Amino acid sequence: MKRLLSGNEAVAHGAWEAGVRVAAGYPGTPSTEILETLARFPHVYAEWSPNEKVALDVAIGAAYAGRRALATMKHVGVNVAADAFMYVAMTGMEAGLVIVSADDPSMHSSQNEQDNRQYAKFARIPCLEPADSQDAKDLTIAAFDLSEQFDTPVLLRMTTRICHTSTPVEVGARRQEHPPLTDKYPRNPAKYVMVPANARKRHPIIEHRLEELAAYAETFPFNRVEMRGRALGVITAGVAYQYAREVFPDASILKLGMTYPLPQKRIRDFASRVDRLIVLEELDPFIEDQVRLMGVKLWPERVLYPHTKSIFPITGELNPAIVRESAVAAGLLPEPQAGEKQVVRGEDQAESPQPLPAGLKIRGNGHLDLPARPPVLCPGCPHRGVFYILHKLKVPVNGDIGCYTLGVVPPLSAIHTTGCMGASIGVAHGAAVAGDKERHVAVIGDSTFFHTGIPALLNVAYNRSNVITIILDNRTTAMTGHQANPGTGRTLQGKETREIEIEPLVRALGIDEVVTIDAYEVETIEKTLKRWLKQDGPAVLVAKHACALLPEERKKYVSLQVDPNVCNGCTICFRIGCPAILKSDKLDPKYHRPLAEIDPLLCTGCEICARVCPRDAISFRDQVLHLHYDP
Amino acid sequence: MEFHQTVPMNDTASSPSKSLPSLNILLTGVGGQGTILASNIVAEVGVALGYDVKKAEVHGMSQRGGSVVSQVRWGRQVFSPIIPPGEADYLIAFEKLEALRALSYLRPGGQIIVDPHAIPPVTVTSGDAHYPEDETIQVQLARITPHVHWIPGVAIAEELGNARAANVVLLGAFSALLNHDPDLWLGVIRQRVPEKYRELNEQAFARGRDLILTGPR
Repeated sequence: MKRLLSGNEAVAHGAWEAGVRVAAGYPGTPSTEILETLARFPHVYAEWSPNEKVALDVAIGAAYAGRRALATMKHVGVNVAADAFMYVAMTGMEAGLVIVSADDPSMHSSQNEQDNRQYAKFARIPCLEPADSQDAKDLTIAAFDLSEQFDTPVLLRMTTRICHTSTPVEVGARRQEHPPLTDKYPRNPAKYVMVPANARKRHPIIEHRLEELAAYAETFPFNRVEMRGRALGVITAGVAYQYAREVFPDASILKLGMTYPLPQKRIRDFASRVDRLIVLEELDPFIEDQVRLMGVKLWPERVLYPHTKSIFPITGELNPAIVRESAVAAGLLPEPQAGEKQVVRGEDQAESPQPLPAGLKIRGNGHLDLPARPPVLCPGCPHRGVFYILHKLKVPVNGDIGCYTLGVVPPLSAIHTTGCMGASIGVAHGAAVAGDKERHVAVIGDSTFFHTGIPALLNVAYNRSNVITIILDNRTTAMTGHQANPGTGRTLQGKETREIEIEPLVRALGIDEVVTIDAYEVETIEKTLKRWLKQDGPAVLVAKHACALLPEERKKYVSLQVDPNVCNGCTICFRIGCPAILKSDKLDPKYHRPLAEIDPLLCTGCEICARVCPRDAISFRDQVLHLHYDP
Repeated sequence: MEFHQTVPMNDTASSPSKSLPSLNILLTGVGGQGTILASNIVAEVGVALGYDVKKAEVHGMSQRGGSVVSQVRWGRQVFSPIIPPGEADYLIAFEKLEALRALSYLRPGGQIIVDPHAIPPVTVTSGDAHYPEDETIQVQLARITPHVHWIPGVAIAEELGNARAANVVLLGAFSALLNHDPDLWLGVIRQRVPEKYRELNEQAFARGRDLILTGPR
């Protein structure tokens, strides 16, 4: 039966059909739905681990114990897990291990756009790249088989477009229940204890394994030649295959399901059967570099150092339009004829017979100057009040990864650095020990604190720096869609569990100056921070309130109101950056400033605006409820 | 040297069947409006019609009140999940500013289904930018196509008791423009929405459909 599945759902189906027993990961766009889907299948243990390194160790542990295992993460998660990634490449396992890296070209939801195929080459393990959801399912199954055949972990490299595109997939039954490959946990220190003496013996083995994998790549069924015309041959993989089919319909194609190691004979043979050979791939010239190193001539021949990608951009996602434009610019495709040219750019004034209406501008690039719609903290977001106060206090703020990174957006404008998961606390500590005159505030979410914030806070406590840490505890992993974490009291598969309390944990790390305050209590938060700014030593504020989008919170929504007779348009409530606060058409009679009004559909009744209003023009929840019940 | 995996290509993509014309549908809205759910329904309807279907969207940070775009392609054989600029046959916009933002994807003469509902972005509410006037939006849309269908999805859904059904009102209108059997769509919608909202969504769908078939009442 065919079903429409996203690439992520297809990986989950593939892993299940292949008999996976243990799956672990940390949520991260675009990888999250793989585990969420897999967790609902029977006979599978799936967990959110606190971070990707732990997740990969868990999957390795299961594979050492002879059960097929899966680890899932976004591309930057592999950086966190890299230590484990490298040792398991050395040891191999007792049963199949597949590591999914979901890369994010164009950084739709990421801080960088690294190409994780490089990790496969780095660690000498195979890299498989699906081109649609069916491919994703089939290659996941193939990855488990390959893993066991060659005693190697396998990297399944996805990209946002594959993860989040749905295409029809033939779904099947689970293979006959996969028995543990070993009856007894292996006692094989020569293979599994990587002390130098053993590791030195393993290294030549993995180099030899790579040669065997390269030989196998020649017959790997997912490396496929599609012969059409001989004028142009395209070597491609992943979603770029789809763009090749769309933009070069007459070209012959070598579609690689395995992009490391490469099938050298097949590439040479394919090269000999076409007049011009090109490589079409997203991000790094990963295939292109290897093909050039083989001495195979790619079109066009030119000196390429230091930029080694010849035709297509090295940055950003590709799409058919970019592929076509790049091919035209390189002289590979003819300039579009006048008749074919898509005269459709709605924003292109030159092609418009009508003048633009007043008030609308054209930007330099020919696009309409439309008001941007950047992502913002939601109405009722418990992070808002903290950032309003931090902006007001004008302190340097080292931020972290999560919804709350949006504290950087005007008008809150209250974050000054953000690098990677858990970086906030260490970066703030670095400034403090460097002797920076201003006292630094590190801001980190609950899930990010569990991920990599704990060792960094331990360091602040141990080395006694002047850092103020604010843990924004919204009781969930919000950004990626409300996944469970050690603070939520339930597991990925819905089991009740011990809900970790942050304040005692912080005390145990060695910090006595710690308080937990409801994140909506902006006055108390401000008072506390002001007091701490005048004293020395580490201090931790847990600003706690559940994410306003959680079902239990939604039940409490009450829309607040602005009293137009009291509001004088002072604009202070606009400065909290809440989407529910609008400028009304009514003007204040004295200053002629627009009065505030509240969108009843968006307002959740968090009261932050009411608390910051100097004229008490905004009702509190009790007042609204009282009005409603007043006959 | 001949490899057994070399397959001679007999492409179907270059000869689309007349009974199943390829269709590119771009759906756009603001985070929280149900744009993704609507595109799931459109994709499933394509499958039910026997098309090859691809549906592409981006999750994550963009969904926090930002613009949301989802793309659905129906065809005999679909390659790229992304619709190239100027090649969308239908633009379904659950918010009118977002219709304008996505307009470069529409082919000239394509069809637009747009909700007159406005959700001012924070750049507007903070006073830094100006929300385009209705006339401006109308003029801009008309530069690309005369086929603009204003469907007050939010207003109708509120009338029915729940603004969240606005997306299904626009899908009702879409199904009517395609001359589709409503039961085909309702079958998919029933599978995709919770039981307790079934009747609401059926009514929303019917109201949107009626606006195209019989005009405003």
